[in-house]
Amino acid sequence: MTDIVLKTENLTKRYGGVHALEGANFELRKGEHVAIMGDNGAGKSTFVRQITAVEQRTNGQVWFDGKEVNFTGPIEAREAGIETVFQNLALADDLDVPSNLFLGREKVLFNLGPFSILDRKYMRKATEAALVRTAVKIPNLSNTIRHMSGGQRQCVAIARTATFASKLIIMDEPTAALGVQETAQVENIIRTLKDNGEPLILISHNMRQVFDLCDRIVVFRRGRIVANLRKENTDGQDIVSYITGAKTGEAELAA
Amino acid sequence: MSQTSHGVGGVSYDAKKRTWPAEFNVFLALVILVVIFELIGRIFLGDSFLFNTRSDVSGLFNEARLQIIILQVSIVGIIAIGVTQVIITGGIDLSSGSIVGATAMIAMSFAQVATVNGNPNPKAMFLAQGWTDLPVIVPLLVAVGCGLLAGLVNGALIAYTRIPPFIATLGMMVTARGIAKWWSKGQPISFPTDSFAAIGKGLMPVIIFLSLAVLFQLIMTYTRYGKHCYAIGSNEDAARMSGIKIANHKILVYVIAGILAALAAVVLSSKNLTAQAGMGVMYELDAIAMAVIGGVSLSGGRGSIVGTVIGSLIFGVIISGFTFLRLDAYYQEMVKGVIIVGAVVLDQWRQRMRALRA
Repeated sequence: MTDIVLKTENLTKRYGGVHALEGANFELRKGEHVAIMGDNGAGKSTFVRQITAVEQRTNGQVWFDGKEVNFTGPIEAREAGIETVFQNLALADDLDVPSNLFLGREKVLFNLGPFSILDRKYMRKATEAALVRTAVKIPNLSNTIRHMSGGQRQCVAIARTATFASKLIIMDEPTAALGVQETAQVENIIRTLKDNGEPLILISHNMRQVFDLCDRIVVFRRGRIVANLRKENTDGQDIVSYITGAKTGEAELAA
Repeated sequence: MSQTSHGVGGVSYDAKKRTWPAEFNVFLALVILVVIFELIGRIFLGDSFLFNTRSDVSGLFNEARLQIIILQVSIVGIIAIGVTQVIITGGIDLSSGSIVGATAMIAMSFAQVATVNGNPNPKAMFLAQGWTDLPVIVPLLVAVGCGLLAGLVNGALIAYTRIPPFIATLGMMVTARGIAKWWSKGQPISFPTDSFAAIGKGLMPVIIFLSLAVLFQLIMTYTRYGKHCYAIGSNEDAARMSGIKIANHKILVYVIAGILAALAAVVLSSKNLTAQAGMGVMYELDAIAMAVIGGVSLSGGRGSIVGTVIGSLIFGVIISGFTFLRLDAYYQEMVKGVIIVGAVVLDQWRQRMRALRA
């Protein structure tokens, strides 16, 4: 039980009569990278939104870092150590890289309420360290996000999760809007996270990416988890048949 | 970015990709404008715009003109400091001119003397109550209270009812003007105490304007408040997701803008030694124009107090320059309009160019 980072039991979300998520049982171990796949509307994002408390679940329990948790909002979840890279990047275009990394949790030199003096030197140093740790390359730290490419923005968003002692990183289709080269860069960062032993949940539609980066693949279909497979015991065709519903029933991990 | 390899990270600094601060361009525009006036003056009038040409006065520059350039924009400049913060946050404040009117009336009525030339002050509002010859701190606190209240209403409306800032502050603009007229039933309020009159005397408005500008430039650059202003202005959703308390912050921004408008009212009524209900009409638009000329983006997230100060100086140079060329005030207004639009067009164009280069 100690090496389980995240565990959900019977996690359920209904919007009125719509069952967006039904009885999801999910486990994530330390250092593990798990992919979540499924068709549009299969419940992937809904699942993540319950964990990060962007929405409140209808039913079920969540354990994180050894304790049962009931986050009331995404900020609480983040403070507990769940960092999310949102599909619609949560970056402020007109701020530079350190300001974005520390957005909403600036390091303060003197506390004067809202007029607290910022510790800009510390934040710059920490940013540089985070970029090194995640192998992110940004041409100029003082540049505003507005002047960066889509890939660089995504990298900043990911580096942000690594700045703080995060215990779990969730990425919602981080490369969906990126070109080939930029996708490769983001994938490299994810590999670096893997080397550092940071657990990750990756929502992706990209089969090659999932098999490249993840240890385990969980397939959602119509609000239910229909497959939970180790990468070694499956292949692309197998996964597709679960996604489309050609294969049904909950496929459990062999061993 | 081309040679990223797994496991190798780092940051580099590319000097070629460095861009001038936006304020530099505004400053350049100011210099060009001064040079144009200087050239026209030398060629057509045989006089200098900037330099001292009189033998009975020492000094390199025409100091009287330099003082006038900044003195005539100081009061609106104080308002513009607040308006700049509002615009950076992605809002707009149309109420500042009316807040000036209402605050001037209310504050001035607590700054009056009891007797004028041995007779009871004919304009005194609170003679019967004996609220005359009060220490200067009283009208100052009253003014700050007025600005705070107006800003609080503006901010709360915008933060909680989610109506557009344009509408909320338009409502305040009309209401505050009404209060200004109702306060003394349209009568001017005059004869302030000497200590109140000292606030706007001589170059005091300039000193107040520049001190406030320096203070808020530092606040915008070095404090959490400033950082959050830019964050909310550039991406409100991102700011919210990052845990910034948007509503509180917006209220604070409008309160600060209200208090700055109230301080402008104190300086203005002190300088004029009287308060009238019509004071500050159109000041809100002049303040917005100063900010926009100074490079503050109306879509939020970009700009600075320094830029606004330079923008206000451009205003001052235009007014002084036209007087220097002995042109009618009508032309000033026309040119001001052209410059406001030109500044925004230029800014948009510059942003596009930058985006193409990046």
